[in-house]
Amino acid sequence: MSARVQSAPFDLAAELAGFGQGSGAVVTFTGLVRDEGGRLVALEIEHYPGMTEKALQAYGEEAARRFGLDGWRILHRHGRLAAGEPIMMVATAARHRAAAFEAAEYLMDWLKSRAPFWKREIGPDGPGAWVDARAEDEDALSRWQG
Amino acid sequence: MALDVLYFAWLRERIGHPRERIETEAATVRELVAQLSAMDEWHAAALADLSAVRVAVDQELADLDAPLAGVREVAFFPPMTGG
Repeated sequence: MSARVQSAPFDLAAELAGFGQGSGAVVTFTGLVRDEGGRLVALEIEHYPGMTEKALQAYGEEAARRFGLDGWRILHRHGRLAAGEPIMMVATAARHRAAAFEAAEYLMDWLKSRAPFWKREIGPDGPGAWVDARAEDEDALSRWQG
Repeated sequence: MALDVLYFAWLRERIGHPRERIETEAATVRELVAQLSAMDEWHAAALADLSAVRVAVDQELADLDAPLAGVREVAFFPPMTGG
């Protein structure tokens, strides 16, 4: 039951030590920086200190209520992250796998479009464009609403 | 009243600084946007297309009609790209 924002890399195995004990199912998702066929050497991720932590905590608590989770963890990095590095992870623990999978998808959909992070591309020649929000991500979120 | 106004990502770049203290009588976010846009060309350019701007009031997502009474902090930023 924790949300964390940090610039340092993380070790998935260490983050999951002891997680989900007593549950029947644990699902984890890790997002990595794509190199986009060599076009990208890194991402610079900006966030809103204060609001970010509160938003992640709120989305985690909502997922726990909605899917009856035994546990959840959200970790999201900020700063300059090289291609191939992990950006973030979510982990969910539930009695059965359906709830754990669904809750992980729910959290990812919320993080994509409603957590205050902004990505900028860094190419071989330096900083490039800010990444645009994708309509697909907004659509994915709408399936959980209403 | 005085408000802390924060900007992120390309809004921060276009305006030229990450935060500023604004003395305002604005009753809503929309009225605050009008005041900021009238300050100079950089604010006007950054806030010209509000369909590309999201708002948080005291660190909660809000809309342009959100009231500002008792509020301490308002942030403007592009649609979020987390995950």
